Amino acid sequence: MKEELSEDELLEQVTTSEYKYGFTTNIESDKIQKGLNEDTVRLISSKKNEPEWMLEYRLKAFDIWKEMDEPNWANINYPKPNYQDIIYYAAPKQKKKLDSLDDLDPELKKTFDKLGISLNEQKRLSGVAMDIVIDSVSVATSFKDKLAELGIIFCPISDAIKEHPELVKKYLGTVVPTRDNFFSALNSAVFSDGSFCYIPKGVKCPMELSTYFRINEAGTGQFERTLLIADEDSYVSYLEGCTAPQRDENQLHAAVVELIALDNAEIKYSTVQNWYPGDENGVGGVFNFVTKRGICHKNSKISWTQVETGSAVTWKYPSCILKGDNSIGEFFSVAITNNLQQADTGTKMVHLGKNSKSTIIAKGICAGKSNGSYRGLVQIAKGAKNSRNFSQCDSLLMGDKCGSHTFPYIEVKNSSSQVEHEATTSKIGEDQIFYCNQRGIGTEEAIALIVNGYCKDVLNQLPMEFAVEAQKLLEISLEGSVG
Amino acid sequence: MLKIENLKAGIEEAKILNGIDLSVNAGEVHAIMGPNGSGKSTLSAVIAGSESYEVESGSIIFEGEDLLELDPDQRAHKGVFLSFQYPVEIPGISVSNFLKAAISEKRKQLGLDPISAKDLLGKMREKMELLNMKKGYLSRNMNEGFSGGEKKRNEIFQMAMLEPKLAILDETDSGLDIDALKIVANGVNKLKNKNNATIVITHYQRLLDYIIPDYVHVLHNGRIIKSGGKELALELEEKGYDWITKEADKKWG
Repeated sequence: MKEELSEDELLEQVTTSEYKYGFTTNIESDKIQKGLNEDTVRLISSKKNEPEWMLEYRLKAFDIWKEMDEPNWANINYPKPNYQDIIYYAAPKQKKKLDSLDDLDPELKKTFDKLGISLNEQKRLSGVAMDIVIDSVSVATSFKDKLAELGIIFCPISDAIKEHPELVKKYLGTVVPTRDNFFSALNSAVFSDGSFCYIPKGVKCPMELSTYFRINEAGTGQFERTLLIADEDSYVSYLEGCTAPQRDENQLHAAVVELIALDNAEIKYSTVQNWYPGDENGVGGVFNFVTKRGICHKNSKISWTQVETGSAVTWKYPSCILKGDNSIGEFFSVAITNNLQQADTGTKMVHLGKNSKSTIIAKGICAGKSNGSYRGLVQIAKGAKNSRNFSQCDSLLMGDKCGSHTFPYIEVKNSSSQVEHEATTSKIGEDQIFYCNQRGIGTEEAIALIVNGYCKDVLNQLPMEFAVEAQKLLEISLEGSVG
Repeated sequence: MLKIENLKAGIEEAKILNGIDLSVNAGEVHAIMGPNGSGKSTLSAVIAGSESYEVESGSIIFEGEDLLELDPDQRAHKGVFLSFQYPVEIPGISVSNFLKAAISEKRKQLGLDPISAKDLLGKMREKMELLNMKKGYLSRNMNEGFSGGEKKRNEIFQMAMLEPKLAILDETDSGLDIDALKIVANGVNKLKNKNNATIVITHYQRLLDYIIPDYVHVLHNGRIIKSGGKELALELEEKGYDWITKEADKKWG
């Protein structure tokens, strides 16, 4: 007989499933002293050889940040990071600027292999253009030339600041202003790298664009900044993935992502977030405090899809400002928490334009002693006549030690709009598992199957090759957790 | 094939099965009948390995192996199939994906090569025809939004795909109209051969007009109180259960 496991033991087993990205890479690193003051900001800016206007932008942000307090309205508990005990800039040392990926440091190449990113394979098979950010800098961008033929700019934001200042100046901070919140102000002061993307008028980007984020160096924070502009009548699908080594201390990740969809443009933005979640006792793990927001102009569409499995604490609300008439915002989310993980995540849909539409599908899965919250705001302004929103928030609980919470806020200021909200909470039933067992499907497999079925609406939104990756990730995250 | 001896089982304090003895050989069809609450569904669940019930004593030997030592999925791999009285919904998982998972796992456990997608689909089409299933059925989610009849037909479809040695049909006739009943019974009959066996659990004689049993057993208070040939079912239909249960109550108290 297979070992007979009680529910408690099975739940405990979850904790033994290891985080497979927990390795560190021995790459020589150029890092600065711990701590944050005006000099730190100046130093980061000079390390990046930035123009004066960028330094001014940062210094202004730093002044704003100093006056702000860390938010505490979210349904999460964590020791507030000591912002003077963080290294704000660390970069893998490389001798010279790379001409091609083949010149990459062999240690870095090994890292990519371990992460399952084979750059050559990616190039050949899936046609995904990729930007890779380790700690504070972007180390590799593939397909740059091919994209350039179409006028598409896809590069590290630090390059864009120098090479395309007119675009960066025009759009940076327009969707997420510096003073939007504590973390966006911090990011604006100290962001070191991230991806920049511009799709010109009328261009449909022929491949998925992707950024892979990795925190490697101990004691560092990652503050990346992503700016994506889809000009009129253009289309782009973009994916980001994130991992970090297994460390005892908490690492801070405070990113800002801004999307701009001009008239008739469409942006599909997918995230598979797998930062280190901490161990079974809640030691270590990444604090993930991220501000993501997009603005939709006339007839445009922004679609956020996220699969959140990692991080010790997640605070994240990818949002859409539906400014233009007939614009569309979508949010599809799967958030898994296990062990002592905490997630407070959701979205904001701000309807300003007439006939604007939004859809929210949020699926939470909680196991172990974790807590998951959905927090969402649907705001329909007076002028947003005939707008529509549909929200569906489902939570699935495993075991009896986890918690799931839903905080939906709805504000409607006109009478011609329609808002629908549906919510369910369920547990994986023993009867479902027995049914699968009876057909020969083992318990672990059965849970994976049931969870995949539960998340199908969201997983279907991911680009094909990442949907498979996400499914596997769900299975790993829930190994052994029977409810 | 199956030999059950002195099986006692229940839920916590409540004893439901009070010593079942039953022997089933390959090629046979056994019908188990009995009034409500006699333990029919418990017996099928215990054979399949449901953890909702505790087995107090006795043994279930299947092909020389004690099933009580095996997990439910291992029993399934050995060839035990239960057609559920109340099939469970699995939202978001299509019939074809579910069966693919089940068949792949079974083949893996038995050390067989994985079945190709083409062969699997071919087999599904063939079995769908056998059960008169509508196009598009394979992409529907498992039992989600199925009518009672569709759910039962879906059970028999899975049985056809998994080709068990021992199939237990728990009240498969309930919720079926006469046409659906004929289709399901016809399917079961076609799947029957000299190497497999079927246990049909039912309230009514009606199903046994279509699936002809070799043996009929009457279950009452967790015991088999009478066994006979197919004519016993007709007798029960005519006279009800009272005449045997009263006798049994005298004997067992």
